[in-house]
Amino acid sequence: MTNSASTSGIVPARLDKAALSDNFSDLHAPLSDHEALVAADRCYFCHDAPCMTACPTAIDIPLFIRQISTGTPEASAKTIFSQNILGGMCARVCPTETLCEEVCVREVAEGKPVEIGRLQRYATDTLMAQGKHPFERAAATGKSVAVVGAGPAGLACAHRLAMLGHAVTVFDAREKGGGLNEFGIAAYKSTNDFAQDELNWLLSIGGITVEYGKSLGDAFTLADIQSNHDAVFLGMGLAGVNALGCDGEDLPDVLDAVEFIAELRQAEDLSKVKVGRHVVVIGGGMTAVDAAVQSKLLGAQDVALVYRRGKENMSASVYEQELATSKGVRIIYDAQPMKVAQSGKGLSVEFAYTKTKKGKLTRTGESFNLPADQVFKAIGQTLSGAPEGLTLEGGKIAVDESGATSLPNVWAGGDCATGGDDLTVTAVAEGRDAALNIHTALLR
Amino acid sequence: MADLTTTFIGITSPNPFWLASAPPTDKEYNVRRAFEAGWGGVVWKTLGSEGPPVVNVNGPRYGVVHGADRRVLGLNNIELITDRDLYQNLEEIKRVKADYPDRAIIVSLMVPCEEDAWKAILPLVEDTGADGIELNFGCPHGMAERGMGSAVGQVPEYIEMVTKWCKQYYSKPVIVKLTPNITDIRAPAAAAMRGGADAVSLINTINSIISVDLDAMAPEPTIDGKGTHGGYCGPAVKPIAMNMVAEIARNPETASLPISGIGGITTWRDAAEFIALGCGNVQVCTAAMTYGFKVVQEMISGLSQWMDEKGHTSVDDFVRMAVPNVTDWQYLNLNYVAKASISQDDCISCGRCFAACEDTSHQAILMSDDRVFTVNDAECVACNLCVEVCPVENCITMVPQAAGTVDARTGEVVKEQHGDWTTHPNNPGAVAAE
Repeated sequence: MTNSASTSGIVPARLDKAALSDNFSDLHAPLSDHEALVAADRCYFCHDAPCMTACPTAIDIPLFIRQISTGTPEASAKTIFSQNILGGMCARVCPTETLCEEVCVREVAEGKPVEIGRLQRYATDTLMAQGKHPFERAAATGKSVAVVGAGPAGLACAHRLAMLGHAVTVFDAREKGGGLNEFGIAAYKSTNDFAQDELNWLLSIGGITVEYGKSLGDAFTLADIQSNHDAVFLGMGLAGVNALGCDGEDLPDVLDAVEFIAELRQAEDLSKVKVGRHVVVIGGGMTAVDAAVQSKLLGAQDVALVYRRGKENMSASVYEQELATSKGVRIIYDAQPMKVAQSGKGLSVEFAYTKTKKGKLTRTGESFNLPADQVFKAIGQTLSGAPEGLTLEGGKIAVDESGATSLPNVWAGGDCATGGDDLTVTAVAEGRDAALNIHTALLR
Repeated sequence: MADLTTTFIGITSPNPFWLASAPPTDKEYNVRRAFEAGWGGVVWKTLGSEGPPVVNVNGPRYGVVHGADRRVLGLNNIELITDRDLYQNLEEIKRVKADYPDRAIIVSLMVPCEEDAWKAILPLVEDTGADGIELNFGCPHGMAERGMGSAVGQVPEYIEMVTKWCKQYYSKPVIVKLTPNITDIRAPAAAAMRGGADAVSLINTINSIISVDLDAMAPEPTIDGKGTHGGYCGPAVKPIAMNMVAEIARNPETASLPISGIGGITTWRDAAEFIALGCGNVQVCTAAMTYGFKVVQEMISGLSQWMDEKGHTSVDDFVRMAVPNVTDWQYLNLNYVAKASISQDDCISCGRCFAACEDTSHQAILMSDDRVFTVNDAECVACNLCVEVCPVENCITMVPQAAGTVDARTGEVVKEQHGDWTTHPNNPGAVAAE
């Protein structure tokens, strides 16, 4: 190792391999058998359980936990997968602290919820480790559906359609499937190539063909797939990145956080991933936190996460914010970027302090500068390349409650469509439900 | 701190906690450790007749019913009486008693139902200086197949006969240990009394199969593919034991018979409950086998603290204190009316009370759209199920309805005076009110 945290510039290997491997290991270690039994025993098996209502995919949480406590994690996994085929990934990445665990009656009563996320991982890991797929396809219907995007929404939709007996073709712009599960989540939340393992396991139901490297608009048009298939589901996510809208945005080391995260996730060797000595991340969501924390874990000396509003407005949960600060990230609230300028060999970012009054953001008149070798933009993603003819709403594909778009036989879900939070679990729910509605429509 | 010194049938020990006859009291080494830890007395593990000792299995002897986090709730065993030489045991008993004169040592015995067998062993035991004997008429496995243990305890005539022999050939107190594997515990207790027993101790273990290995399709513990029933003990058997103790304590024929209580005693509170139901002292085994001898220290400090709080200066103060309140169902006051009440401040909205009442009881709990749970007095029969399934202690309570108020369920005015089944109009055999 030649570099350290204080090596100036943007360099790889600020930490030795052992430290990197430790930093990027599982954020939450899997539960052992005994730990799972103890954790499961804390569940009260509530009537009409609040956790279940809070889960976007409505997993029967009390039932799956009881199945763990009686020594049948495989049955438990089936309960989970029947509602959420990406239950393995959701167990790792769901912000459970704002979903099921937030409303757990034991959180309400004692401030210590049942560890639903970790229990879900225990069950799903157990079944997946056995290489078993718990579902079988129904008899072929003779219908075919095109799915655009092999991310959570597309995969959930494709799987449910395949289960119901339809033939599914999935198109994805990248050379690898998984979408944000593969390219957009902090590495310590999905270790050991889990996203690919999960993808392969999901596809083992059969009836799904995936065509990689084919993006809508380039390789094919919506009209093409509409004419070749009985229905279409759009789940291509948000490929565009919002701009800062300030001077210096075009400087070479002002980068998209999503690209940095993707590069890191795809890296064979973390000691080859470069990171600045001083890193500034601008934004307030999970992408901002993931970029900031991972910069720190790669060995950056100073990482500042700057958000234009207060702590309570940040879309990353308090839990995620605390995770960031515990890893050494400095979070600066109420500040917005004014200018990025070259300063010696690096950059200097000028921020104006802000105030939020009655929801309106104003500048206080005070400012400060942060030195930066790299600036990561994480102020939200946008839909890009939406096909002509689709009604958009707030920059997303407008869908009704069934997931149907303004075009006949075209459904959409996940981040690219209106409705719900931009979460993996929400995308899964939307993909699954769209599949059920497509099924109903096709058999009508 | 209350003085726990207890004199039970003339035998004084520094506290009422004795170790029951079982593996923990099989030899000098263990018993010395027990006394050092603070146990008031021990019942030395059962001795058999002179000659080649019994043999035990060389595979597993125990099986357990586990609760959460592998808490031991029930223990079953297939171990026999001591498999050590009689004379070695006797020498050790003598030595330990000499070193611990303030502690009680009782010798448990099990020899064939023949007068000569008892006549032979009793003088040997007398010579050790032990404080008394306990007749093992309870062991339900192995020895029962050989006409001993519970095979004797299930025949009152044998109990009486053997007890008489012991009183004849042994000068110190004789305790008869009873098996619960019978229909009416009062019969063997009365037989022991007729035979001249100074006390009974109960319960011995309950016939049990603890679990079945679903791969081997054999009961556990499994010895080379086969299993046999064992004796069940531990916290799970406490309610069964306490009922049997109370049956003896409130039966006029046996009410004066001293009782040493046994059966799942794990904490000071368990011990206090047994004593309140008529026991002069208690014996413990599973708690020690689970946690080691040190548990007695919690039992001692806890019982002392509770006695201080209640103003009891000796254990005798509260022996039998609850017995007058143990009665037959027919004498329970049917005019007593209570209703469940849910504390909204304590409720965590889990809905378990609702599920239990709605699915399996009286549909007396209402659930609002925003998960507020309330009691419908017009349906509540005060069964207590909601209280018991609620995970929050004291969140749901049973509130007695004042005399003169109207019971919303029956529309009748709650009566002040007692009224039970014996005088109830629906009872064909009712005694006319006078």
